[in-house]
Amino acid sequence: MTTGSSSNTGPTHKLVEAGVTLAIALFGVIVIFGSVKAGINWGPEGPRAGFFPFYIGLFILASSAINLWHGLREDNDGLFAEWGQLRQVLSVVIPTAIYVGSMPFIGLYVASIIFIAWFMRWLGKYNWIIVLAVAFGMPIVTYFIFERWFMVPLPKGPIEEWLGL
Amino acid sequence: MEELVNLFHGFAVALQPYNIMLMVLGIVLGVIIGVLPGLGGANGVAILLPLTFSMSPTSAIIMLSCIYWGALFGGAITSILFNIPGEPWSVATTFDGYPMAQQGKAGEALTAAFTSSFVGALFAVVMITLVAPLVASFALQFGPAEKFAVYFLAFCSFVGLSKEPPFKTIAAMMIGFALAAVGLDSITGQLRLTFGVTHLLNGFDFLIAVIGLFGIGEILLTMEEGLAFRGGKAKIDLRVVLQTWKELPKYWMTSLRSCFIGCWMGITPAGATPASFMSYGIAKRVAKNGKNFGKGEIEGVVAPETAAHAAGTAALLPMLSLGVPGSPTAAVLLGGLLIWGLQPGPMLFVEQKEFVWGLIASMYLGNLVGLIVVLTCVPIFAAILRVPFSIIAPLILVLCAIGAYSVHSSTFDVMLMLVFGVIGYLLKKCNYPLAPLVLAIVLGDKAEEAFRQSLLGSQGSFGIFLSNPLVSTIMILGLIALFWSVIQEGYTRLRGTVAGPGSRAA
Amino acid sequence: MKRSAYLAFGTIAALCAGGIVAPATAAWEPVRPVEFIIPAGTGGGADQMARTIQGIVTKHNLMKQPLVVINKSGGAGGEGFLDVKGSGGNPHKIIITLSNLFTTPLATGIPFNWKDLTPVAMLALDEFVLWVNADKPYKTVKDYVDAVKAAPAGSIKMGGTGSKQEDQIITVAVEKATGARFTYIPYKGGGEVAVQLVGNHVDSTVNNPIEAVAQWRGGKLRPLCVFDAQRMAYDEPIADGKAWKDIPTCKSEGLDMEYLMLRGIFMSPRATKDQVEYYIELFKKVRATPEWQEFMKSGAFNTTFLTGADYAKWVEVEEKRHQSLMKDAGFLASGN
Repeated sequence: MTTGSSSNTGPTHKLVEAGVTLAIALFGVIVIFGSVKAGINWGPEGPRAGFFPFYIGLFILASSAINLWHGLREDNDGLFAEWGQLRQVLSVVIPTAIYVGSMPFIGLYVASIIFIAWFMRWLGKYNWIIVLAVAFGMPIVTYFIFERWFMVPLPKGPIEEWLGL
Repeated sequence: MEELVNLFHGFAVALQPYNIMLMVLGIVLGVIIGVLPGLGGANGVAILLPLTFSMSPTSAIIMLSCIYWGALFGGAITSILFNIPGEPWSVATTFDGYPMAQQGKAGEALTAAFTSSFVGALFAVVMITLVAPLVASFALQFGPAEKFAVYFLAFCSFVGLSKEPPFKTIAAMMIGFALAAVGLDSITGQLRLTFGVTHLLNGFDFLIAVIGLFGIGEILLTMEEGLAFRGGKAKIDLRVVLQTWKELPKYWMTSLRSCFIGCWMGITPAGATPASFMSYGIAKRVAKNGKNFGKGEIEGVVAPETAAHAAGTAALLPMLSLGVPGSPTAAVLLGGLLIWGLQPGPMLFVEQKEFVWGLIASMYLGNLVGLIVVLTCVPIFAAILRVPFSIIAPLILVLCAIGAYSVHSSTFDVMLMLVFGVIGYLLKKCNYPLAPLVLAIVLGDKAEEAFRQSLLGSQGSFGIFLSNPLVSTIMILGLIALFWSVIQEGYTRLRGTVAGPGSRAA
Repeated sequence: MKRSAYLAFGTIAALCAGGIVAPATAAWEPVRPVEFIIPAGTGGGADQMARTIQGIVTKHNLMKQPLVVINKSGGAGGEGFLDVKGSGGNPHKIIITLSNLFTTPLATGIPFNWKDLTPVAMLALDEFVLWVNADKPYKTVKDYVDAVKAAPAGSIKMGGTGSKQEDQIITVAVEKATGARFTYIPYKGGGEVAVQLVGNHVDSTVNNPIEAVAQWRGGKLRPLCVFDAQRMAYDEPIADGKAWKDIPTCKSEGLDMEYLMLRGIFMSPRATKDQVEYYIELFKKVRATPEWQEFMKSGAFNTTFLTGADYAKWVEVEEKRHQSLMKDAGFLASGN
């Protein structure tokens, strides 16, 4: 099934899991920090704003500690994923990140056209006619459904401004 | 008997050709709204509300409530096909619906979902027809303490379900609670956990998290396994509907239970989302094939869909008779009633007979029309899975982005969606269950709000959660549900038999 | 009076416009869909009003471009205000306000003040009425206040919408005026508050008329007084032969407290006179429709209409009042 790299190497499951657990613990610390700022004691009108989040943060921290311990103790030398598989995943994540990041500047429509065209051409290897038909067809249909029919404005950039849409 | 006469009069109103046309139009619009993530039922109805301004109130509410039914039906479609719940109450449908689709049984899953939706709604409408006034007074008994008890019960009947390690379940759930807490604290009117970031004022919306964790996360997992959507071999002719129908009566018990849960949750008003989770949780515990839930059991589609649709329908009752909406969509419909000069409340059933019974009749007919419309489309929906992955994947990603954007008209949410997608991928690979996280985001702040309202009222005394028979009963049911596996194990041990593989506490 | 104020404003506007743009006849008009922001959730009072306006505009073809309603309710409406504040120079964005125009920045400390926006017009003022359950023996404000004073401190519950917003401000002001003590319980929406009162989960509320009228007609609730300087103008009987007009003012009942909630329109910063003028004209047309009048009647609104300098002055006075009311109540965000 896997395309791309043929090597069977990659990050170990243990390592990634430890990383995820630590990230969750960090999230817990942020929650605790924010709760303390909001006030964690029991005020005259019941618990204050930070009361529940504070204990939630503590729970996150405590369960992460246990998960980390379990994870490290576990005898699991398996791979999290092969490098080739991760490259596949990143080949979607990175373009999507660019797509999402460019949306505030060039608008949703233009970004979508480029994104769909890129995806179909490079990953799907379709010929340009199909690629362009889908890449332009979908945003145009979207435009009519959202902006015209349901009157939901979607983000627009300079090109739409220029076209007067 | 007077009700029946009124109802038949209502049918006469609803069956006028103009109104039937509006019904079909409403259902189709509703299905579209339900399919597009982010453009939920509440948004859809709100957007189309001003367009109905020039119709008669009865025609307008027929069309708008049909949009609502359509959205309820439509929410199941993307859940089953792509693991992307178009509506919060379809999340539980993904648990078994999506695995079924992957096994090439998309047609069966869709048929089961639509049929169950119809059964749930029909049950709720019959209840509204027969016992409306009685039910209204029941709803009045729900103060903050009772509401908290209901959320508690919904939660307890769902947790302790997963196969994942218990501390990972706790961590996932707590992350959900923490995310739900971000934004304005409704009790003190104070901001919390926003760290001065304007974008966090609104907190983390449930739909953004779900679109990311489930939808994007799933696409990333698929990418890892190579460029293919499984499930392309789904049968795409209408015979699949009949075959599934033959199988469905076996689950009458689950359906009936889910109908009751749905009606109750719709009236209280806790809403369709907790109803679907609770119904799924209970079905998983008591069903014969309980341990196969999550791997593509048709019963796991029947339970949440029946309850969600029953709740969605029942939610209209407190709106009409009390003026308090049982769901966000009902809140918008309520605004509509006021705009048309109708005051919902105790007098509506007396003064506006034609309107109320026209609406109730349209509930029967609208759901029937809806069922026919969506069932005939089952082959079309199932055929979508045959579209090659590298065409459908970018389209899904774009649709997810539009959905995430249209929740709050914010591009920040779209970025958040992608972040949730990556988190979803990592958590899933590391064996963290996502369902408790999502449930905590939905119910977390509501439960906290009800809890603190109760304590305000009781001046800090916890006795309020056991202060009357109603609240005590619900709380005790919740505790039983929470410790169900322990109780079951204890019982088995008492009997001296070896615990079965399914009864391990989790 | 109002008309002359408008005329004066109009003349000034015309003069200014004439000074900047040569032909005064080339009035500004929207060239793109206009976004109508609601700093509150779907289904609430502001939402209803905005969607009614949208419906009226659509039905009577009052605008060439569509009017698109968008809810931005995060952070007690702060999200919506900050959005409009950040859209300086974009005349295609207007916002409907409620009292959270003042209360949200004060209570949460978000960087926003109404002066960041351009005032357009006051559409109406929403009344507040003191309600009790009809099964309770309290017939007058005095009955109720005496009962509250006699009960153990804090055991009488006042329900309201939101925290540190208009309902709670009124509650604190009532406490100040009478010396009675309430426990205030915040809920999400006005309809829910009214139902909680019917179910006896709270003892009184200060619901807007539109939120509680259905329960009043159903004989479940009883109005005690209205927090306004004069009685409401609507004399059509609602329940038991009583009309909105028959509800006494709180002041006349010995409870010296007035509170009205702004239902007004603002637009994005740096709007030109022409642009403001366009929207004022638009809302004058909206106000003239029978649908709007029907809506005003169903919610027993105070229909004061202000624009220009009068409106800005009214808002300024109200802001000062909110600041002192909230300061007294201890509702200001730390750091303010």
